Order: sequence, then structure tokens, then C-alpha cells
Amino acid sequence: MSLAVRVVPCLDVDAGRVVKGVNFVDLRDAGDPVELAAAYGAQGADELVFLDITASSASRETTYDVVQRTAESVFIPLTVGGGVRTVEDFDRLLRAGADKVGVNTAAIADPSLITKASERFGSQCVVLSVDARRCAGDVTTPSGFELTTHGGRRGTGVDAIAWADEAAQRGAGEILLNSMDADGTTQGFDTELIELVRRHVDVPLIASGGAGVVDDFPRAVEAGADAVLAASVFHFGHLTIPDVKSALDSAGLPVRRHNVRYG
Amino acid sequence: MVLDYGSGNLRSVQRALERVGANVEITSDATSAASCDGLVVPGVGAYASCMAGLTAVRGESIIDARLAGGRPVLGICVGLQILFSSGVEHGTRTAGLGQWPGTVERLSAPVLPHMGWNTVDVGEGSTLFAGVESERFYFVHSYGVVSWDFREDAQPVMKPPVASWCTYTDRFVAAVENGPLVATQFHPEKSGDTGAYILGNWLATLR
Repeated sequence: MSLAVRVVPCLDVDAGRVVKGVNFVDLRDAGDPVELAAAYGAQGADELVFLDITASSASRETTYDVVQRTAESVFIPLTVGGGVRTVEDFDRLLRAGADKVGVNTAAIADPSLITKASERFGSQCVVLSVDARRCAGDVTTPSGFELTTHGGRRGTGVDAIAWADEAAQRGAGEILLNSMDADGTTQGFDTELIELVRRHVDVPLIASGGAGVVDDFPRAVEAGADAVLAASVFHFGHLTIPDVKSALDSAGLPVRRHNVRYG
Repeated sequence: MVLDYGSGNLRSVQRALERVGANVEITSDATSAASCDGLVVPGVGAYASCMAGLTAVRGESIIDARLAGGRPVLGICVGLQILFSSGVEHGTRTAGLGQWPGTVERLSAPVLPHMGWNTVDVGEGSTLFAGVESERFYFVHSYGVVSWDFREDAQPVMKPPVASWCTYTDRFVAAVENGPLVATQFHPEKSGDTGAYILGNWLATLR
């Protein structure tokens, strides 16, 4: 008996609607994040991640409403990220019902945001999202991986592994590691990247990017991930949460079985 | 009632209790907190800041008054930790409420926080875990009570406490049931349907 590997569906939300394609069976409205979150909760998801990709600040008000309604409909932890810039943004999302808040670009610009947020709300609330890719062209870093922003479109020249390590030292309680090379390929998680981060960082690690088939998930865990995240393979019904848990279980990894129902 | 002293996801505790049939209010008023049927003391973040917040709403005397009258109290996460004698964070020792002997210390696991769903070695005679003894519960913490040698002479109690344990490198206290004083290191409000059983079982002990 030991800590279960967490299986985490991720919802990309724009102006209150789930985007990036959802074709989930048994939903009345595939674009409604609240309904989708509840469906994943019923399937046995161990946590949920909401990524707010809303561009305009006016639409961002909708996000708080969606977070609140989602937090009202599930009884598992909810991480919300995207567009978080200040300690006040953390406060608002936590008050709306998020259990953890993901931060990315703003922390690169001002790493003290991680320190301040973890001091005020506790490390367990602060998730650092790291978008990493292999160095290419003239860019080199000691680890061979570069930190990117804007969904992998902009390089920073910063060593992605060193950054994850610094963030953990500053109080980030968890790393959400997105491989920009693997993202969208459905060719499997980037196990080389996962292994590198695991070797240098001693906070929990969520692997993200590249999931295609069930066998990809145990490989990510064997490389060092504590949790595995995916979006479209779940949204399109190619894989279900129980499918992934069965694959993890077959590989001898501990999972939470969703076998007790209340009421 | 859920005690509001500036710590914890109060709304999610409220909602999870409502799901199991409770009529819940969030309060920082000492009189109502002292007299309600059941009081929940949540808590996240640093031990020292939770103790400071608790002191500011006279939490210690609220809890003492309740226990003197046999009125139930449920501590969650840091709400469990502050019931012990003290907590040590970054080399600084902070006094707790001292309801139970023991020190809250940083766990020694290679990956911290201990974050996610783990099983519990349920203590004999537990009623809190009835129906969900073999299930997993959601933990998120870096500190815990790893040694608790409960002695009968340490404090006057009606019945000896039931301790349940969890293992994550260290073995640490996952829950305590001690007459009207009950606490969990995990978050029943975030533990899905299994957590609902825990809260329902606790609710069933209220008058």
C-alpha cells in the first residue's frame, strides 16, 4: 500500500467554455466545464486541472464564476491556472473554490511571486507550470532543455530544469511539467524530460503532453512522475480514466479505485 | 459550524458537510462556535500562522469550552496538527493547543508535500472509518505526527483515543478519535465519496 498515482484530466477553458475539442459521451453540452468536470469526477479522476486560456480580462470574470460552479459540483481537488499574475489572483481563485493555483509566465518574470504566494497560502496551493522543450538552433542550456512561454512559441534561453528546481526552493509545492516537444503528438510522454526533472526536484511532479495510448501512462510514472495529466484523449473518449488506471495497475503501480459511492 | 479563523477552504468543507445532510454555517463568532452541535476546525498552510489565526478568534477557549461540555470538534489537516503539543517548522517551535501529547515535524519522504490519495491503517474500534476502512483519502501536507506514545496518565480521558495511521516513508497519524475530539490529517471534504462517508460518520455522532 502506498500513495496512488493521480490521473488528472485537464480542461482548457476560454471565456467559460471548454475548448480544444470535446466529444465526451453522455454529455448534454460538451462545452460546459462544470458538466465535464462532474463527469470526470464520476469516472474516478483523482484531481482536475482547469487551464484558463481566456485572452481578455473582461471574459476572465467568467472564469471565477466557472471555477466557483465547478468547485460546487465536484469533491476532488481542483487546480486552476492560466493568466495568474499576482498574489491577489491567487487569493481570488482560492476564494472561488480552487484548491491549488497554477502559475507560469508571471513567475518567470518575477520569481518572488512563488515565494510570496507560498508564504501566504502555503506551498500546497502553488503549482508551477513549466513548458519545456529541447534546445534547438543557437540556444543551449546545461540540461539541454529550454523554458518556453506562450505555449511553446517563445523561448527564454533559461534552463528548464534549473528553473523547476529554483521554483521548488522558493516554495512551489508541485511542478506541472509540460513537454512542448511531445504536446499534441500522442506519441507518449517525454520520459527523458521527466527523469531529468525528477532527479533535480523533490516536490510532486505532474507529467503532461504526449499521451496517446494507455501504455504511455505507466512509462511516465516509471520515469518519475507522481501524477499523469491528459486532455484530448479523455475529451474525445479515446481513453477513459478507468482505462488508464487499469494500465497503471497492470504495471504494478498503485491507483485509487473509485468503488465506493455515497448516497 | 465551520470555524473561520482565516485558514482553509471553508466553502468546500461546508459543501461536503451539506452533502451528507448537515445544516452548516461558517462563523468566527466565539459564542455560536462554542455552543453549536458540531464544530469543524479546518486549516491549511503554516502551523504558526494557523495558531496565530486561531488565537485571534479565541479558538483555544472555544475548543476547551466545547470539550468540557462533551460537544464534538472535528479538526482537519493543520486543524489536526494544532491539537498536538507543538509544531516545528524551519527550526522554529510553535506551541499548539496541547490536547494530545506529540510534536508535528517535517516528514522525511524524498518527495514532499505528501500529495494525493493514500490508504489508512484504521485503528481498532474506529467508528469514523466505518464502511470505508480499505479506501483511499486525499492528503496534502509536509508535516505530521510520527511518534505518539499515548499514556493513560498523560491526560484524563473517558476512553483511550483511537489512532489511525498512514505510511509515506514515515508512519504518521492519519486520524484520531478521542471522545468528542476527532481529527483527520487528510481532507475528507476533498476525498470524494469516501470522504463523504467520513463526514457522515462524524455527523452521526452529533446530537
